[in-house]
Amino acid sequence: MTHRTTMLARLLALGLGTTLIAACGSSNNNAPPPPPPPPPPAMASFDVTVTNLTNGQPLSPLAVVAHQDGYAVFAVGAAATAGLEMLAEGGDNTALIAEADADATVTATASGTAPIGPAGSDTVSITVLESELPGLIMSVSTMLVNTNDAITGINGVSVADMQVGDSTTWQAIAYDAGTEADTEAAIHIPGPAGGGEGFNAARDDAADRVAMHSGVVSQDDGFAGSDLGGQHRFDNPVAQVQVERTN
Amino acid sequence: MRTTYCAAMLAATLATAPAANAVDFDVEITNLSNAIYFTPFLVAAHPAGNNLFVTGQPASANLQAMAEGGDTSGLEADVTALGATIVTNPAGGLLAPASSTSFNMNTDGTSNDRLSIVAMLLPTNDGFAGLNAIEIPTAAGTYTFNVNAYDAGTEANDELITGGGMPGVAGIPADPGGVAGTGGSGAASADANPNVHIHRGTLGDTDAAAGTSDLDSRVHRWLNPVIRVTITVN
Repeated sequence: MTHRTTMLARLLALGLGTTLIAACGSSNNNAPPPPPPPPPPAMASFDVTVTNLTNGQPLSPLAVVAHQDGYAVFAVGAAATAGLEMLAEGGDNTALIAEADADATVTATASGTAPIGPAGSDTVSITVLESELPGLIMSVSTMLVNTNDAITGINGVSVADMQVGDSTTWQAIAYDAGTEADTEAAIHIPGPAGGGEGFNAARDDAADRVAMHSGVVSQDDGFAGSDLGGQHRFDNPVAQVQVERTN
Repeated sequence: MRTTYCAAMLAATLATAPAANAVDFDVEITNLSNAIYFTPFLVAAHPAGNNLFVTGQPASANLQAMAEGGDTSGLEADVTALGATIVTNPAGGLLAPASSTSFNMNTDGTSNDRLSIVAMLLPTNDGFAGLNAIEIPTAAGTYTFNVNAYDAGTEANDELITGGGMPGVAGIPADPGGVAGTGGSGAASADANPNVHIHRGTLGDTDAAAGTSDLDSRVHRWLNPVIRVTITVN
């Protein structure tokens, strides 16, 4: 909206200036023709489709961010943002999207509307000004909800060179947000395997930073304190992410 | 005909500029894992047609020494004999979980157009990360490679912290994170597959004083990839 407003303002200013110059250089008093309406700004649209490749890990509703260099969902070795923590622990993407919307290098955001079950998929459309295409980067985030704080997605891939009809697919691996200890206890797992607590502001993992997820151990594999079963274990890749430029 | 053509091209290139594969690039190695440490990396840009390891083939003695104890001196001698451009121990010691190390390489005036990177995973018996002779990009830009963990196939994955790091000596040299247990009875006997293969991962257990493994299943496991190599061609 900021960009559209700026563009309209510029067009209006230009039209006014032209009118003034024409009035100064002319001796008749005929009313100048109204300026032509500005053309609608050209837009580019992408369909982002995430397919859940796991056996028993539903994925929370997607957070899709189109941005320029300068924004990242996370960096390995750095502490998660509060927005990422809320997504990773509870599957709630609203704070992550709000953080992105507040970032000057973010062009557009979009949210999925429902969780994605195993073998399921969801497509989220996102539209940007065509003028934002040079350098455009796409990021997608979602939680593996039968875990303490596992996330997956794509963290900054270039879509700048995609033409209408082009499609690219990435295999996504699981990361640990590092914000919650991997207790595998039902009281800490918001997904259907636990029904427990989602977000908790306490950061009680061994190290408060993002790294790759080591996988779920599960009670079936000797972790007596775990409420997860073998069906909740996963291996990489955990999701497939396809980005298609549709307009 | 092909050989003649290539030789002619090489001669022509040498006549105008000695930089047949000149490329100046930055390398960043990121330990992606949550609790695995890497012994000092050996990084080598070397001519095509050479490999530090081949999956499905037995490990060389020098690869074994790296994979079981982190000793890269033998492999370094191997690549030195190839005229490789070499960086050793870029992190100045172990590369900790979720940490990165960066350095520059320049292969100007060499035929070193392939890149290999190896280091041992601690705590494992003979697990190593291996970037295996990838073609070094020449066009300016940033390139990312996700690297998997391999098992050298040379030592039983008993998962016992014994200090054993010499080739052929059983056990794991150390757990730099300091959370491993003791008293394990041994998680596995000799490898059924004695060739280099994708590591099956650590088993571990939740008993710090007994059980089969000295490793902790809630801490020391990992999923591939284990390191990320980012090459920026300048």
